[in-house]
Amino acid sequence: MNAPNKSGWKPEMQVADDGFAGGPATTTGNRALMLEEPLLFEIGRADVTGVDLPSLDPARTTRLGGLERAEPIGLVGLTEPETVRHYTRLSRQNYGIDLGFFPLGSCTMKHNPRLNEKMARLPGFADIHPLQPQSTVQGALEVIAQLGEWLCKLTGMPGVAMSPKAGAHGELCGILAIRAAHTARGDAREVVLVPESAHGTNPATAAFAGYRVEDIPATPEGRVDVAALKARLGPDVAAVMITNPNTCGLFEKDFREIADAVHAAGGYVYCDGANFNAIVGRVRPGDLGVDAMHINLHKTFSTPHGGGGPGSGPVVFSEALAPYAPLPFVRQDESGAFYLVEEEHREERGPSFGRMTAFHGQMGMFTRALTYMLSHGADGLKQVAEDAVLNANYILRSMEDILHAPFAASGPCMHEALFGDKNFGGGLSTLDVAKGLIDEGYHPMTVYFPLVVHGAMLVEPTETESKAAIDQFITAFRAVVERALAGDEGLKQAPYYAPRRRLDETAAARKPKLAFEG
Amino acid sequence: MRYLPLTDTDRAEMLATIGAGSIDDLFVDVPAVAQLDGPIRDLPMHASEMAVERHMKSLAAKNLVAGDAPFFLGAGAYRHHVPASVDTIIQRGEFLTAYTPYQPEIAQGTLQMLFEFQTQVARLYGCAVANASLYDGSTACWEAVAMAARVTKRSRAVLSGALHPHYAEVVKTMAQFTGYTIGDALPSITPDPELPGLIGRIDEDTACVVVQYPDILGRISDLTPIAEAAHAKGALLVVVNTEPVALGAIKSPGEMGADIVVGEGQSLGVGLQFGGPYLGLFAVRDPKHVRQMPGRLCGETTDAEGKRGFVLTLSTREQHIRREKATSNICTNSGLCALAFTVHMTLLGERGLRELAAENHRLACLAADRLTKVPGVRVLNNGFFNEFTVMLDGKPAREIVRDLADRGVLAGVSLGRLYPGVEALQQALLVAVTETTTEDDIEMLATELEASLKETV
Repeated sequence: MNAPNKSGWKPEMQVADDGFAGGPATTTGNRALMLEEPLLFEIGRADVTGVDLPSLDPARTTRLGGLERAEPIGLVGLTEPETVRHYTRLSRQNYGIDLGFFPLGSCTMKHNPRLNEKMARLPGFADIHPLQPQSTVQGALEVIAQLGEWLCKLTGMPGVAMSPKAGAHGELCGILAIRAAHTARGDAREVVLVPESAHGTNPATAAFAGYRVEDIPATPEGRVDVAALKARLGPDVAAVMITNPNTCGLFEKDFREIADAVHAAGGYVYCDGANFNAIVGRVRPGDLGVDAMHINLHKTFSTPHGGGGPGSGPVVFSEALAPYAPLPFVRQDESGAFYLVEEEHREERGPSFGRMTAFHGQMGMFTRALTYMLSHGADGLKQVAEDAVLNANYILRSMEDILHAPFAASGPCMHEALFGDKNFGGGLSTLDVAKGLIDEGYHPMTVYFPLVVHGAMLVEPTETESKAAIDQFITAFRAVVERALAGDEGLKQAPYYAPRRRLDETAAARKPKLAFEG
Repeated sequence: MRYLPLTDTDRAEMLATIGAGSIDDLFVDVPAVAQLDGPIRDLPMHASEMAVERHMKSLAAKNLVAGDAPFFLGAGAYRHHVPASVDTIIQRGEFLTAYTPYQPEIAQGTLQMLFEFQTQVARLYGCAVANASLYDGSTACWEAVAMAARVTKRSRAVLSGALHPHYAEVVKTMAQFTGYTIGDALPSITPDPELPGLIGRIDEDTACVVVQYPDILGRISDLTPIAEAAHAKGALLVVVNTEPVALGAIKSPGEMGADIVVGEGQSLGVGLQFGGPYLGLFAVRDPKHVRQMPGRLCGETTDAEGKRGFVLTLSTREQHIRREKATSNICTNSGLCALAFTVHMTLLGERGLRELAAENHRLACLAADRLTKVPGVRVLNNGFFNEFTVMLDGKPAREIVRDLADRGVLAGVSLGRLYPGVEALQQALLVAVTETTTEDDIEMLATELEASLKETV
C-alpha cells in the first residue's frame, strides 16, 4: 500500500520550513510559479474598460426621472489581458478536484464531467428566458420533466419539486410541505426531531419554518437511538429529519422501523439526501418509508461546486406530501405539450404551499445533472454507489490501526469514513492534521463534523478516484497521523507550503473588514 | 464507464484488504425490504458521450434561442452581452471544482474574488457591506424581510404593489409559515410609482417597506420620501433591484436612504439560462446591521507571517455553528455566478458600466419612441431605464405576445403572464431593451406589433 511519488522526488530531498529550499528571498515576493496578486482595487482604474460597445452615441435626452447618478460608483476596470491574468493568478491559489484528491466528507467532491459543461452551454438551454411563451421552450420544460422522472425512479418516490435552489432550500421545501400537510388537516404540531449528528442546516431549516427543534441522541454505535426517538413521538411531533446514510458514515438500518413509528404517531419522515451518493442506483429511499428528501445535484449528480455554489436541491415526495409541492411544476397535456402549473391554475395547483423562487429552478444544473445521469445509466449509477462505498471502506480499514475510528465496529461504512482525534500527542488536534495534509498536497477532509465525535475527521473519497490515488492519500494520511500521535510540534505551524500560512480568523471576526477601503 | 477509474482487479484487491467477500457485504445494513436485485428498471443503461450529446442537442433544438429572434423580455431576467473571457475564467478547474473555502490557506483565489465581489456590490448599491451572495433576487428579498424583522423585532412587512409578483409570492409563501404579516397590493397603472398610497400603509408595527427600483413596470422614482417615512415609524427600507446595469445610470438605493438593498445579479456575467442559476445580491447600508445578515461573509485578515489573506468570517451567524439559532439556513450560495459577475464587472469598470447603462437607456428611449408611433399603443412610463410598459389599446397582451412569437418576435412579458386574472393589467406589455437589441429588432417589433394588433380583436 506504500505508494511513493514517481516523479523523481526522494524523501531525503527536504526543503526548509519556510519553503525556500535554501534559495534567496525574491524582490517581488513571488516564488517562480507561486505568484502574489494584489486586489482588483489596487490595480484597476476608473477610466479603463475591457468592454467595447458597438456604438457610443452621446445620449440626447434621458428619461431617468431626474435620478441621474451624479457621484462616482467607485468601481475600477481592467482591460481583457489584465482581467484574464488577475483571475488566472487568483485561481492558482485555489485547490480544486481537477488538481487533486478532495475527500471533504458529506460534500461529495467527485469529478465534474466536462460534457455536462458543454451541454449546459448549448444556446438552446443557456440563452432562453424563463418567461418566454411556453411554446418556444418545450425542450427546456422537457429537460425538467425528464430529470424529475429520473429522480422519482431512482428514489422510488412518486412526486418531485424541481425549483429549490440548493440543499438547504430543498430541506426548507420538504419541511414546508410537511407543515402544509399538517395545517390542511387542522393539526398544529410544533416540534421537529433532529439527531445530534445532523447537518446544521437541518435544525436551522426547521427553525426557519417556525418549528421548535429537539435533539434525538445517538447510540454508542453511531446510529439514531430508536428507543429514545419512539419515546419522544407524540401528537406534537410534526416530523423527524434523518440523514441516511448518516453523517457518521453508517446506514440507518432501522430506518423503516423509525418511519413506521413516526407515521403511526401522525408525523412525517424527512430524509436529508446529502449522502445519496452512497446508495444511488442501489437503494430507493421510497422503499424505506421516506416522505420527503432533497437531492443535492451538486453532490450525487456532479454539477460543479463552483467555490460554494450554485447548487440545486430538488425534493422527492411520497403520495402523502406530493400535492403540497411548490409552484411552478411541469405537466404534460393530452397533445404531449409541456406546460408550467403556476398560481393561475387554481384547480391544478391543488393545495401547493406556494412559491419558493422567482422562476423554475436551477436549469443550468438540470442540464448538467441529466447529462450525467444519461452518461451513467441505471447500471453506471449503481456502480457509482458501490465504488464510492468500496473506496471509503478501504480507507477506513487502512487507517483504523493507527487512527481512532469510533464506529469501525458498527459494520461497514457507507461512502465516508469517520475518525476522531484520540491519542494525539503534544496538544495536537484535528486541525493540525488537516493543515499537515495541505502540505502533502491534499484538500483536508471535513473536520469537527459531525459534532458527536471529538475532533471528527470525515473522509469521503467518492468513486472517481483511482486505487493508486487512494493508496497515495493513505500513505500521506498515515504519515501525518503518525506525526500527530508522536506530538510533532512542527505540525502546529502547518501548512508551510500553501499560498498562505494559518490565517488569523479571530482577528477577522473581532474587527470585520468586509470591503476594500480606499 | 469513462468516469470510474477502478478496475475489477482493483476492486477485488480492495475487498480483500477490507476483508469483505463481495460488494454486497458492504451493504449488509440495508434492510431486505430495500435490497434490489439489479440496476433500477425502467431507466436506460450507460451511454457514450456521443449518444448523450445527441439526446441533449435534440432537446435544446426544441427551444427558440433568444439570440435568434428580436428579443424584448425582462421582468427580472435580462439578456446582456457577456464578454468571452468571463466564461473562460469561470471554467478554470481551480474555480469550477473548488468548494466553499473552509480551508482558507488553499482557497485564497475564491476568497479574494469574494472580497472583490462584496466590494463591487456594496459600492454599486451605495452600501457599506455586501455578503458573498444568496441564491437569487427573490430569495434575497425574503431574507431581507426576515432580517428586517430581526432588527426591528416587528413582524409586519409592507410590500409595494410594484414589486415583482414572483418576489411577492416568495415572501408571502415564507411568511405564512413564520407568523409574519405581509401587506401587499397590485401595481397601479400610472406613469409614476404611487408613493402616497405606499407611505400611508407604514405604521408603528411595520418592520420594513419593500420597494422595487426600477419597479416591475420599469418606473423610477426618488426613494428618499419613502425612506424618511419608514424611518419616522422605526421601520427599515428594503430596496429590490432586478437590473444592476441600471445603477450605472441612476442613483444608488443606499444614497436615497435604503437600509437593506437586495437584488438579482444575473444581468452581469450569468446569462438567461431559463431562470437559473442566478445570483442573489444582499447589502446593508449601516455596518451595525452586519451581524444580522444572512449568508457567507468574506473578511480580510493576516496569516502567521503577516501576509494579507482572506477568510470566511462572522460565521457565528450561520447554520453550521448556530444551528436552530442561525440567521438563515443557507449553506451553498451562488459562488461561481458571483465570480462571473465580478469578472464581468471588472471588465466593465466604472467607465464601462456607465457606458453600458447609457447605451441601454438610449436604445430603450428609441424603442419607446418607435412603439408610440404604432396606432393604439401608448407608453405608460414617465421615467424608465431599459424597460417600460406599453398599453395595447385594450387588446390582451398575453395573446399578442404568443402571436408575435409565432411571427418570430419575442416581444416582451405580458402583465397577463405575471398577474393572471387581474383585468386592469391584461392590456399591458413590459418591453425590455439592452445593448444586444438592434435598431432593426426595434423596427421589427413595431411592425409586427402593429400587424398583430390589427388582427387581434
